[in-house]
Formats: sequence, C-alpha cells, structure tokens
Amino acid sequence: MADTGVVETLLQRIEKVDGGVDSLEVAASLGVDHQVIVGAVKSLQALGDIISAELRSSKHWELTEEGSEIAEQGSHEARVFSSIPLEGLLQAELMKLSFGKIGFSKAMSNKWIRLDKSHEGGPRIFRTVESIKDQVRERLLLVKQGNAAQLDEKEKNELKKRKLLAEVTVKSYWITKGNSFSTTVTKQETDLTPEMITTGSWKEKKFKQYNFEAMGVAPDCGHLHPLMKVRTQFRQIFLEMGFCEMPTNNYVESSFWNFDSLFQPQQHPARDQHDTFFLSDPPLTRGFPPEYLERVKKVHSEGGYGSQGYNYDWKIEEAQKNILRTHTTAVSARMLYKLAQQKFTPVKYFSIDRVFRNETLDATHLAEFNQIEGVVADYGLTLGDLMGVLHQFFTKLGLKKWVEVGNSGVFRPEMLLPMGLPEDVSVIAWGLSLERPTMIKYGINNIRELVGHKVNLQMVYDSPICRLDS
Amino acid sequence: MPTVGIKRDFLFKALGKTYTDEEFEELCFEFGLELDEVTSEKEIISREQGDSKAADASDVILYKIDVPANRYDLLCLEGLVRGLQVFKNKLEAPRYRRLSPDSGEPQRLIITKETAAVRPHAVAAVLRNITFTQERYDSFIELQEKLHQNICRKRSLVAIGTHDLDTICGPFTYTAKAPGDISFRPLNQTKEFTATQLMSLYKTDSHLRHYLPIIEDKPVYPVIYDSNGVVLSMPPIINGDHSRISLQTKNIFIECTATDLTKAKIVLDIIVTMFSEYCAKPFTVEQAEVVYPDGQIFTYPELTYRKEKLSGEFINRKVGISESAEQICQLLTRMCLLSHPLGEEIEVEIPPTRPDIIHACDIMEDAAIAYGFNNVPRTTPRTYTVANQFPLNKLTELLRHDMAAAGFTEALNFALCSQEDIAEKLGKKISDVKAVHISNPKTADFQVRPGNTAIRCA
Repeated sequence: MADTGVVETLLQRIEKVDGGVDSLEVAASLGVDHQVIVGAVKSLQALGDIISAELRSSKHWELTEEGSEIAEQGSHEARVFSSIPLEGLLQAELMKLSFGKIGFSKAMSNKWIRLDKSHEGGPRIFRTVESIKDQVRERLLLVKQGNAAQLDEKEKNELKKRKLLAEVTVKSYWITKGNSFSTTVTKQETDLTPEMITTGSWKEKKFKQYNFEAMGVAPDCGHLHPLMKVRTQFRQIFLEMGFCEMPTNNYVESSFWNFDSLFQPQQHPARDQHDTFFLSDPPLTRGFPPEYLERVKKVHSEGGYGSQGYNYDWKIEEAQKNILRTHTTAVSARMLYKLAQQKFTPVKYFSIDRVFRNETLDATHLAEFNQIEGVVADYGLTLGDLMGVLHQFFTKLGLKKWVEVGNSGVFRPEMLLPMGLPEDVSVIAWGLSLERPTMIKYGINNIRELVGHKVNLQMVYDSPICRLDS
Repeated sequence: MPTVGIKRDFLFKALGKTYTDEEFEELCFEFGLELDEVTSEKEIISREQGDSKAADASDVILYKIDVPANRYDLLCLEGLVRGLQVFKNKLEAPRYRRLSPDSGEPQRLIITKETAAVRPHAVAAVLRNITFTQERYDSFIELQEKLHQNICRKRSLVAIGTHDLDTICGPFTYTAKAPGDISFRPLNQTKEFTATQLMSLYKTDSHLRHYLPIIEDKPVYPVIYDSNGVVLSMPPIINGDHSRISLQTKNIFIECTATDLTKAKIVLDIIVTMFSEYCAKPFTVEQAEVVYPDGQIFTYPELTYRKEKLSGEFINRKVGISESAEQICQLLTRMCLLSHPLGEEIEVEIPPTRPDIIHACDIMEDAAIAYGFNNVPRTTPRTYTVANQFPLNKLTELLRHDMAAAGFTEALNFALCSQEDIAEKLGKKISDVKAVHISNPKTADFQVRPGNTAIRCA
C-alpha cells in the first residue's frame, strides 16, 4: 500500500476540484517524484471504484547527458574557441583536448577559427573573430529551464540530430472521482485470522481481492540441457527397437579404424588436413590386429573379395595417424570386427556421441557435434530392410521429413569380408546429427546458442520437455 | 558432393523435352541426383558481390545439380544428358571406340627419366575432326576444371592439358628441367617468361596460386615440348599460349601427367568419352602412344569395357525384389551397364565411363536405382534382439536426473579448448597437464582436449 499520507492528500485534491487532476501537476506541487503519485494511483485502483484514472501521454523535450554537459560547460566549439590564445594554438595540441575533435570541425564551419596548414612549427589554429555567441548552449539552457517552446522546430531538430536533445514521452494520469469516491480509505485485510472468526469481526471487515493474474515466485530447481533431453529420447527409441548401445567413450581414434577399415582410400579428401583433426600428441597408434591389417591393405591396393580395389600404394604410416574421430562409425567398425572374431550372431547396435570435424564454422556448424548412429547386421538383409528400419525409426520420431536430414546405406563387402564376417551377412546403417533435430525442435537458429560455454543459461532453464512424437 | 551448373534451356534442348522445375527435380531424384538450386549468373553475382556488379551478368536460368562424388561421367552437360536419356530409354548407350589414325603413325609422347623425381606418369589421346560451338567449348573447359578439383585432387594427382594439334608437331617429349631453363609464352600472356618468373607472377593469381606448391620446391619442373621445341605446357600450372584451343580447333591432343597412373587413365577416358560425341566419327577416339624411360610403350586411351558376371538372384536378394534375369538386364542397361543373360547368370559390361563400379554391389545399387527405391517394398529385419545400455551411459543418465533434481543445471561444454584454458589460466605448465594435442587447429580455440571426461557443472 502506498504511503497513506500521499494517498489521502491526493484524494483531498480530487475532492476539491470539479473535473480532475493531472498526476504530473500533483507531483510537482507536492514536491514528490511522479512515480510516488503513480504508486498512489495504483493502490487506489486496487481498492475498487474510488477513483478513475485515464492514462495520458505527452511529449516534451529533455536534455541528453551530453546536452546537460554542454549546458553546463558550453558547447565543444565554444570551448575550442576559448582555448585558443592570441598567438594561436597547434592543431596537434588542440586535438589532445576532449572536446577538440568535434569542436574543431564545428568551429571551422561556423567560421570562428581558421587553420594555417603551412605555419612554421606545424599546422596552427587562429581565431577569426573577437568573440562568439554560444547559441547551442543558450538553446539548451532554455530547454533545461522548461522553456523549450521558445525554440522553433528547426532548432530543436538540429539539437536532436547532434544528440543533445531528446524527445521524451511522459505518461501521466488524469485522475477523476470514481463511483465510490470517498476521502477516507479503509485498509483492506489481507489475512483471515482465527481471531476474526471467533469474534465474528470478519463480517465487518473488507478483504483485499485475490489477484489471480499475478505471477507466483518461481521455485528453485535444477535443469537439464535441451540437447541432452533430445539425446535421452533418441536413446529411448533405440532401446525400444532392441538396439544395444556401443561403447563410444573414446574421442581419439586411429586413422585405421576411422577410415581404412571402412574402405575409405587414403587420398580421400575427408582425410585432409582441412577436414580432420590430427593429433600431435599422441601422434600414432601402432597396435592393430596384424592379419586383419594385411587384408585391409590388400583390398585397398589390389582388390579382392570380388572388388577391383582402388589401385594405389597403401601406407601404414597414414593408417597409424591419430585423429579425433570424424564419425562414430569407427566404433561400429570395431564392434563388427569383434563380432566377426566369435561365432556371428545378428545384432543391432546404436550410439549417440561426439564427433569432430575440422571444417569451416558457421551458424549451423561447429567443430564438434553429436552423431546418432544405428547399425543392423544380419543374414540376408536387403535394401528393403534398410528402408523399413529407417521408416520405423523416423515414425517413432514423429516427423517424416527428417529422413532428409540423415544418411544411410549398406556397408561394402570390402569392409566386411576382410573382417571375417560371413559372406551372406549384410550390415545396414544410418545416422544423423543430434544438433539439427534439437535446433528444429527448440527453435534455435544458431548452434552456438545451443552448445558450448557461451550459451545463455536462461535457454537451458526455459527449455520445455522433449516430446519427439508430437 | 560436386555441383554442376547447367544452362536449363540447353539441357532441355539436348534432352528433347521441356520440364517444369518440379518435374526435373523429380527426375534427378529418381536418377540419384539432386537439383540443388535454380538460379542465374546474375543472381549469383548479386548475392556474392552486390547488385551493381551483377548488372551486366547473364539472366539465363542455371540448374545447379548435385552429383555423387564418384560419378565423373555426370560432371558435364554431355554426360548428364547421355545418362538421363539412357535412363529414360530414349537412347542406347553409345559404344566408345579407340581407332588408329587414318593415315600415318599415332601421336607419341616420350617420357624422359627426369620426370621420375616429380611427376612420373602420363597418358595421351587425340580427338579428331571435332566441331566446337561456344557452348561445347565452355563445357569442355569446365569439365577439365571439375575433374581437376575432384578426382585429380586439385591437380596434385593428375593435371590435364588440351592442345590444338594443328599448331604443334609430334613426337612430343615430356621431361623435367630446372626452372631457370624453362622459357615460354604461357596462356593469355604476350611475352615469354621463365618458369622461375612464372612462379612469382602467379603468386597473386587467385586461381593458379593454389597449384604452385605442387612443384615449387622441386629441383626440376615438368614440361612438355613438341618436336620443334614449342612448349605445350608446364604441368600442373599452365599451358602454353601457342597450342591454345579455340572455337575453330578441329583436332585436339590431350595429355594428362600424373603421380597416380590409375587416376590419369580414368580422367583421360572420361574426357574423351564425353567429348568424342562432337567428332566427325562420333564416339571414336584416335589412339596415342606413351613411351616410358625404360622403353615400354603404352597405347591410350584404354577405353576398357570390363565384364562382370553375377546372378540375378544376387541382385534380388540384396535389394529385396524378385525380378527375372531379363528384367534385371533391362534395368542395368538403362544405367549404361549393358547386360544380357548368360546361362544361369547375367553378364554385365562396365563401360569406361563408369570407373565408380568396382564391385558387384555397385551394380546391385544401380539396379535398385533403376527399379526405383520407392518401389522396393519396405520390410523389417526378422531377427529379434534384446537391447542393452552401455553401463557408463546408464549410470550417467541416472546421475544427471538426480543432479538436476538436487537443483543443478546441466551445462554442455566443448571438448576442445585452447592451451591457455588448461594451463596458464589455471596456473599450471602445459607440459604438466595431461591432455591430447591437436596438430592442425583452425583457430586457437581448438588446441587441446583435456584428459578428463566431459564435466557436467553446476
């Protein structure tokens, strides 16, 4: 409840007049800040129909901070003028003063000063007139004193352009008597106490209305990151479809598992310095299953298993290079190799984890992101099976158009057969990024607003639950 | 995915049919391509450099088509049209033939031993009695550029040179000399330069400067001469102006020098198959001989038609359809893989335009494309599997929910950070910190990956 003294004074003022009062005038005459009167008006409004307040806005001119400074100390150009002695002043010296730069050009255009460029000792500024009239300062003082009306529009706009004046909209209230006007204000009760009930005094009390429009206090709570929420949903989908999670807790991988075992040739552009992060420490991996390595080397350089191969010199040094993995397919390769070393059983694998690409960064691409990958290995899988699995997966996601966001395919025999997998086993796989569907779902346009340390945590606090299928 | 820019109206004229953008997009999709953008030169310049620069540019509608990276036969209008026409059964795939010259000996390119140190291989061929129009000429130049960017790995593996045969005289010598000893008038210049001068001249050329490092530091640079000492080219940098090709050129000598012979052969095959269409005897290429320092002679272009046998059952099994052998042969023939049933099996002929077919599974893929992916019935893998969570992840999920319930907010940090982040800013020396170091970061932000796993912070 606002200061009762102000409220009562206000009510008395309103009672005395026939029409109404302006809140600004009241504030001025009482010598209080306008906001105090506004507070009183709001309190009265909460009590019912005691007053009626109409919101009005008016514009008036005010000095900006710079304008006030000039009103006090004089305009930059006037100060320039007054700082030039009879013998003139070196331009370099003038520029050192705070008002020098701006004041100089203005004073020049007012023809108050002149510049002798070829003066001995350096360019020198001289006065051209005996004295000047600081019109700018005078005009600003007028406004400060409340006499802005004395300036014409052109003068005001000129000062506005120089950012010395600003047109300010002021909101005030026109307050008149309401239907239940009275000069006394009864305090409304905010609590129903046991005493009121026992004494029966509640029957005479006036109670303050509940305000169901008011926002409550937000409770303190923890929050989960939206990207992780989406990840949880994708994990659920895979688990529901019978997929086993692969161990992907290794960001560092050798080129061998990341590229060579997947039959990607060593001169392929993706293995470029421009696309992949190579490691300087530790730089190499040496431990590869030796027989498997030989078979991989052969299929790249000579062919075999029904393939022509790539016909190039396969180098072990390339394969040994350590990188930050560019896809989680490297893990899938390791898993399939492991599977081939025992008696083959059909499997379904998945993973959702971080991968790294050394590519050009923009609003939707970062150097690191999360890849979702699903793999199915079984006897006699067909392209029809691949499309069927994809369809099921994306149906569970609830959005058919996301199929364009991912990649899918069948692993090549040049990859599977050297591992030792049976010939009639096919492996289908597909993947997409986690960030893309998250950004679509949560309406975020720049990936940097979603991932990384520069993220606005408010986004994390405010992000809703992740329901993929709606 | 490489993108090819094709003038729409020329494309439709060559296809003999006009399509709406949607219809053409659909056709591309069926064939395994993607119509990425419909634009014009004017629009492109306007977008990149502003409207004022675009004022004089062409309004002609361009189709930007995305082509799979290993389909070198679809990198030009000629190849695209041919592929699409055969796919739609409007055309039979042409048969490319290598012929010996009508008169005289084949052109010869002699490789000397000096090239071994810098660029040992070369292949060559001749296109006889070709007729260029402005469009065909532009397409010819553009294909070379696309191949250079793509399979040639920016000219480092293979460099293509095309020359007006009537301005030069074989036999040609491919050798390597010290930069100071090479002097000629390069393309678009009016005077002669030594190779050393050219290296500095082209340092500021926005296009050519990227190729200079390929030979810059070598003791000798590759160079090709004709029998009169005229320089044809200094691969991989620039051709000589003397033998430049014009719209009036009738006979073309093509040479590809390389560090990878397999790729050079593919590149040569692609160029000649694509453009022999415009020779007086269409789809014929005149052979040329390449002599190696050890005396071995090879005849090019190889234009090999490789045969592969597979069973119809293999295709049916892998795709998930059941077509007869004849039907499968028809499907494959539509993809330029001429096939016919042979006993129990199918014999497929892989033309020189399809170096991307290296295994029967590539043939199966083409059969599926011709059949139409959308026509393949969707099925589900039959095996029942039990799901399993990776224990570390299972625990993580449990922990993060309870941490949030305890009032913590989950943060997601980058795995990569700068060296200062884990050393100086923590008052430690980088050599004492257990971290993985990246050798080629693009910015200082991605230098190291700290040794602990991702931290979830409060």
